[in-house]
Amino acid sequence: MSNPDDPKPGGGRDWSVVVEDGVAKTNEPVSSAVAEPEAATRRHEPHEPSREHLPERLYEPRKAVHNKRIDGPFRRFKWLVMLVTLGIYYVTPWLRWDRGPYAPDQAVLVDLANRRFYMFSIEIWPHEFYFVAGLLIMAGIGLFLVTSAVGRAWCGYACPQTVWTDLFQHVDRFVDGDRNARVRLDAAPWTWGKVMRRAFKWSIYLVIGFWTGGAWIMYFADAPTLVHDFWRGEAAPVAYITVAILTLTTVTLGGFMREQVCIYMCPWPRIQTAMLDEKSLIVTYKDWRGEPRGSVKKAQKNPGQFGDCIDCTQCVQVCPTGIDIREGPQIGCITCALCIDACDKVMKDIGRPRGLIDYATLEDCEREAAGGEPKSPLRTLMRPRTIAYFMIWAGIGGALLFALGNRSHTELTVAPDRNPPFMLLSDGSVRNSYTLKLRNMESRPREMEIAVEGLAGGVMWTDTIGRDEASSVQRVTVPADLVRQVRAYVAVPEGAESQQFTFRVTSLDAQRETDTVQTRFDAPEEE
Amino acid sequence: MANKRIDEPTGTRTVGHEWDGIEELDTPLPRWWLWTFYLTVVFAIGYVIAYPAWPMIDKATQGVLGWTSRGQLAKEMTAADQARATMREQLARTPIERLGEDSELMQQAVAGGAAAFRVNCVQCHGSGAAGSQELGYPNLNDDDWLWGGDLKAIHYTLTHGIRQPGDDETRTSQMPPFAGAFDNAQLDQLVDHVLSLSGKAESSRAGAQLYADNCVACHGASGGGNRELGAPRLNDAIWLRGSSREAIKRQILDPRMGMMPKWEGRLDPVTVKMLAAYVHSLGGGEDFIEVAKDPEVEVDEQP
Repeated sequence: MSNPDDPKPGGGRDWSVVVEDGVAKTNEPVSSAVAEPEAATRRHEPHEPSREHLPERLYEPRKAVHNKRIDGPFRRFKWLVMLVTLGIYYVTPWLRWDRGPYAPDQAVLVDLANRRFYMFSIEIWPHEFYFVAGLLIMAGIGLFLVTSAVGRAWCGYACPQTVWTDLFQHVDRFVDGDRNARVRLDAAPWTWGKVMRRAFKWSIYLVIGFWTGGAWIMYFADAPTLVHDFWRGEAAPVAYITVAILTLTTVTLGGFMREQVCIYMCPWPRIQTAMLDEKSLIVTYKDWRGEPRGSVKKAQKNPGQFGDCIDCTQCVQVCPTGIDIREGPQIGCITCALCIDACDKVMKDIGRPRGLIDYATLEDCEREAAGGEPKSPLRTLMRPRTIAYFMIWAGIGGALLFALGNRSHTELTVAPDRNPPFMLLSDGSVRNSYTLKLRNMESRPREMEIAVEGLAGGVMWTDTIGRDEASSVQRVTVPADLVRQVRAYVAVPEGAESQQFTFRVTSLDAQRETDTVQTRFDAPEEE
Repeated sequence: MANKRIDEPTGTRTVGHEWDGIEELDTPLPRWWLWTFYLTVVFAIGYVIAYPAWPMIDKATQGVLGWTSRGQLAKEMTAADQARATMREQLARTPIERLGEDSELMQQAVAGGAAAFRVNCVQCHGSGAAGSQELGYPNLNDDDWLWGGDLKAIHYTLTHGIRQPGDDETRTSQMPPFAGAFDNAQLDQLVDHVLSLSGKAESSRAGAQLYADNCVACHGASGGGNRELGAPRLNDAIWLRGSSREAIKRQILDPRMGMMPKWEGRLDPVTVKMLAAYVHSLGGGEDFIEVAKDPEVEVDEQP
């Protein structure tokens, strides 16, 4: 394909075709991110015409991030979070929960076909979707709460993108070795050995992706049955499609795109710009303490002229998103604090106090820069904004719990027939018809009593109970975990007038749950 | 032509336009975007070839796949029919009087009947099946049945119709017109007696005599009617053509008698069964077993 930027014949002569020397470099493997001069400074260098054609690459290619292994308190915490979150994700669908013969025995199950959501002892029906909405609102406000209190902790530790990227980075380390080996291998030509290595690594990626997708579908069907059906090729097509899509996205996003998801795709870092303030914890490089940078030797020769930073670039090398925290807060920083671990280790080795890079609030930074004492980061938890978020969050949570505790497992809805509104029977009595819906949310069949209240002489029969058994109270059995529709006929002796009355449903068991609905009885107008 | 030049800081050619000192760089489209665009073009060409797409004077081009929305509908209808086939087969096998024994089949029949009712019956009986007193279309919700209200009787009525010419088995009966048979006084006495059967007027000896002489054969001594003949009950609260004195007089002098088309031959037997089930389910349907036990149809239960 011809480059659309090729100068047209005749017109091109007038143009001085230039290329900046920095662009040509971008194909080279990057050994150290910090060694590169900053792009901004490069731009202002004088241009010299070097080629006839404009640069083929208009966008700087991604610089591969090969983060170095590090150990430290934050890394160990990250391991723990990874273990817990992945554990929850993979294990949850396999937890069993005895619900009796009428409901699935899976503890957490989103049963889309039957429109039920099971979560341990809780069973959510479609009409109770506000519980799910409430949980989503809580999750949203929870993010605000966490962000305002401890900064981007979600990004750094719990976000699935972070967890899976971390997992894939460990795979890289396992197959290709640590940072230096990986950088070398990246730059190396494509030998058989490299091909085999890459194939091996990518097949591990695929397995992880497959497991991720495989675990996901377990939430939507009985897990053991689904696994069985899945391998026999008998599962629903949607299961295979979901697994395929999730395998693909996991491998693409976690295996290859990694920090690009955080920097370019994810909206949350942008929202967090609004959520963070000067009192939120962020990972900060204390430049007033670190600058100017100088090696240990230089500092020993010229005491008092150099800061604590020895420019060892350990903080950059361990960063999973490949940023330099010393350039200040930036969108690429997910506050995973691995640079803190790295810097603390270096500071310990050269005998300087820890915390050159540390969690701090902007407020603390200013005070510390002005010579104040560092304060405990935990203090940032208690402040009006955090408390307000917590109150809202807890309020919604409390309301949901209250609703959950007080909800009835028996419910009645009544739809009166309007066509015709009433019916004259041969004995002169007036009949109205209603469609009753009896909801039994228990996972066992229940007998229920339907009563007509506040209607003088009113008797009721149904589509299954004949008129010869008409009475003001009737009993019906509602199957387990279902809504039973009953057509009810209510008749009042001759001379009835239009009036309001009440249907009452009562469960005939230990709970004796009850629900009432007021509705209308229509009768012919007096002539 | 505008003055194209190379933008110094980026080294990119400009498109040559300038607005308030702002110039647009002539940046080529991203490769992925370009390829996506080419793919959509290829897809569009393939689509035009495969499917009806290009409007011509009277119809669109046909497309090599031969797909039409009409054909798709037909396919879906066939699929739906196939899905219902088991139920229909079962219905075809089940005699109408045994339909009530299988509640699930009954439910499906009622649902199917409701749909068929909306197409074939609402024109006369109304969408709620309440009929019309003015026009003499019976209310199908109530418990008053001219020809019987159990499943079998309803099915029979649906199959053969009422007073339907050309069907020997159709429901038929004739109320003779009594125009000229009574003078005005006699007519009033007769109407009084008819109304007295349901307790709405005082009867006289003369009225009772007139009724006994002219009406008992069909309507019964106490006005219980006769379902064999389709003679309405006169001693209940339901009046097909009105309970006013005027309406009753008119009916005696110049009786109007309804007709209903026979549905055998117009609808398939399964649909007729489903319609019977639906009508029976409207709330006034009678229990077949009980009626069968007591063949005496004329019920004189009024005091």
